[in-house]
Amino acid sequence: MDFRDTPEEAAFRADLRAWLEGALGKDWADQAPTVGRWNEAESRAWSKKLYDAGYVGITWPKEYGGGGHPHEFQGIFLEESARMSAPDHIGGIGLGMAGPTIIAWGTDEQKKRYLAPLLSGEEVWCQGFSEPGSGSDMGAAKTRAVLDGDEWVVNGQKVWSSWAHIADWCILVVRTDPEAEKHRGLSYLLVDMHSPGVEVRPLRQITGDPEFNEIFFTDVRVPRESILGQPGDGWNVAMTTLLHERGTLGFALTAGLEKAVNRLVQLAKEPGPDGTRPADDPVVRDQIAQFWIDLQGLRFTNYRALTSLQKTGVPGPEGSMAKLHWSETNQRLTSFAQNLLGLTAQLDGDGAWWDGFWTYMQLRSRGNTIEAGTSEILRNIIAERVVGLPKSR
Amino acid sequence: MDFAFSSDQELLRAAARDYLADRMSNDRMVALAESEAGTDPADWKAIAGLGWLDPELGLLEHAVLAEETGYALLPAPWFSTVALTWPLLDDELRGAVAAGERSATLAWAESGGPTTIADAAARSTVKAAGGALTGTKLTVPDLTSVTDVVVVATDGLYAVDVTANPGVVVPRSTIDKTRRLGELHLDGTPARKLDASLDALADVRRRAVALAACEATGVAQRALDIVAGYTKERQQFGRVIGTYQGVSHRVANTFVATQLTRSIAYWAAWAVSADDAQADLSVAAAKATAGENSVFACEQAIQCHGGIGFTYEHVLHRYYKRAQWINGFEGPGRKHRAAIAEELLGPAA
Ligand SMILES: Cc1cc2nc3c(=O)[nH]c(=O)nc-3n(C[C@H](O)[C@H](O)[C@H](O)COP(=O)(O)OP(=O)(O)OC[C@H]3O[C@@H](n4cnc5c(N)ncnc54)[C@H](O)[C@@H]3O)c2cc1C
Repeated sequence: MDFRDTPEEAAFRADLRAWLEGALGKDWADQAPTVGRWNEAESRAWSKKLYDAGYVGITWPKEYGGGGHPHEFQGIFLEESARMSAPDHIGGIGLGMAGPTIIAWGTDEQKKRYLAPLLSGEEVWCQGFSEPGSGSDMGAAKTRAVLDGDEWVVNGQKVWSSWAHIADWCILVVRTDPEAEKHRGLSYLLVDMHSPGVEVRPLRQITGDPEFNEIFFTDVRVPRESILGQPGDGWNVAMTTLLHERGTLGFALTAGLEKAVNRLVQLAKEPGPDGTRPADDPVVRDQIAQFWIDLQGLRFTNYRALTSLQKTGVPGPEGSMAKLHWSETNQRLTSFAQNLLGLTAQLDGDGAWWDGFWTYMQLRSRGNTIEAGTSEILRNIIAERVVGLPKSR
Repeated sequence: MDFAFSSDQELLRAAARDYLADRMSNDRMVALAESEAGTDPADWKAIAGLGWLDPELGLLEHAVLAEETGYALLPAPWFSTVALTWPLLDDELRGAVAAGERSATLAWAESGGPTTIADAAARSTVKAAGGALTGTKLTVPDLTSVTDVVVVATDGLYAVDVTANPGVVVPRSTIDKTRRLGELHLDGTPARKLDASLDALADVRRRAVALAACEATGVAQRALDIVAGYTKERQQFGRVIGTYQGVSHRVANTFVATQLTRSIAYWAAWAVSADDAQADLSVAAAKATAGENSVFACEQAIQCHGGIGFTYEHVLHRYYKRAQWINGFEGPGRKHRAAIAEELLGPAA
């Protein structure tokens, strides 16, 4: 046990820190945050910059454009990015879900074809799992794919698909065998979002932003080989995606929480709307310290989980715990911050505090306990698959 | 970065767990807790034989043992000796402790004076004169089961042999009967000045809190194991109660609280062992988390047991009371969060 960096890790961290300060400017983290400062073109450019510097896909195999580093290096990347409040890569779903699933299940050709453009941000991925009739119960998906010669023909509808409006590719769960038992009839396709018959309709979220979408598939033709695993493997492949969504991505989410704690500290130290500093209120101090403790608990839980990740390559079901605790902490934290601003927090245009940052963060946080498995589903998973209680259904 | 215990440390853990499962079943622990003496000197000898009192052990080995002894609720003064006095003992005492001949605890608290180790050096009023101590110390852990007490006095640290001066020991009825508290009434009682100075208490406090947090991890884990076992078996309305989400989600929350406690406790143990720059912060986080989370875990477990969980006969309340002991030790979570806030936010106006 030694929580300190090895010499290699320390060198990686120092290089990264210098690079981030060079790329963003030393005082980037001290500026007041704003909502919407970052647009798609800038995000793509930043993603490319990160990629060219070797900071994307840090743990992925070198032959497919990754860094080939151990998982601790990814942890360092996330910590340093959080410290600098660095912006995110555009391809969160590709990096956290599609990519790792392709690495685990893909053929060599698939890895060669998809991974590098995903890392560079050239190609963005979205996730087509949820449907109007099946969200938590993903195994009940109805979207059909029927083999016609060398192509799958897809018909159906997906919903709540984040970033589908800018996506080039979709990891799509479809029913290929309606006769088979529910979970056995599913397959996992890689679908070109620019194919004829794909229609994306943005949906506005409670923040007012259209971040997620409906996707309609009408006779969409997908090459037969654009499948991960075999027909009928869809459920197992999707489980790999979900373990990464909650585990690997959970690590990144913790870094996001670190940014939020830093921002909260910054907020508390400034005079608020009434001219007093929240940091002078003992109740506020107690709460902020608790958020910081929650953050450390998540951080070291994630790091401890690396041991199991290092062994198997796939995060264990304990990843559900990180996602669960992160999402609920993030909700408490953002509500707390918003509350410090009183009625001023209602403003989201001119005169808004930090451009409405906390109000946006608070509203967005309500999705955290729904997306990537609701808190109820995650508690079911912890109770059943980690603690070993009998199934509730 | 390496966040795992070494294979030797894991072997020590496995051996400790096996030994305690075999020799300190809940039944035997309860029998000892309800006995007059509260402890069995034969266990102390056995522990020494296992090497749990060896001077070579480092804080990470102690961390492993603290978790396992918490899991078993071992009624022996291992925590008092190792977590509260270890760096203060001189060679003579250490040798005798390692041989299982002596055991020790720390006396820091006074009425209207210090209540925590943190303020013991500044606020103690026990006076030394001519090799004898006078004054009263309160809430001394394991006072009735140890042979020696390290006393915080105004001008330094002293060892009092309570086997030679049994009259100074006043037992007090304590809810956690596996770690009883007593009062030390010193009145010209012979004492030996230790080489360790009052400054050494800062180190003792960091170690003690880190180890208490590891112990709390063991307590929370035991509560989780007990509640998981029960909710898998118990049936109501024709179903196993673990299939009700009102029950299973409490169990899931207990798992989360236990894991968070473990992560922070290990961090603190490592940070103190390495004298890391964040050692004090990690200790504050560990104290705030371990006490509150282990209490939470036991409360969830009691609720999911229904009426049986509320009986004196069921073992859960023993763990609950230890969790409460840890929660009270070195002051409430709020005090430790205040220290963290000082670091994050600077002083309040
Ligand atoms: C911001 C956001 C982004 C999203 N992005 C994507 C995406 O990119 N791709 C994608 O495929 N999906 C995405 N989703 C969808 C998300 O995965 C689903 O909303 C989620 O799985 C819940 O499904 P549902 O909406 O159908 O709700 P339901 O499953 O109908 O759940 C409704 C309520 O019932 C509870 N419930 C359901 N089943 C159980 C049970 N067994 N035990 C206890 N309680 C239960 C739920 O917890 C919830 O509170 C996103 C959602 C959000 C909010």
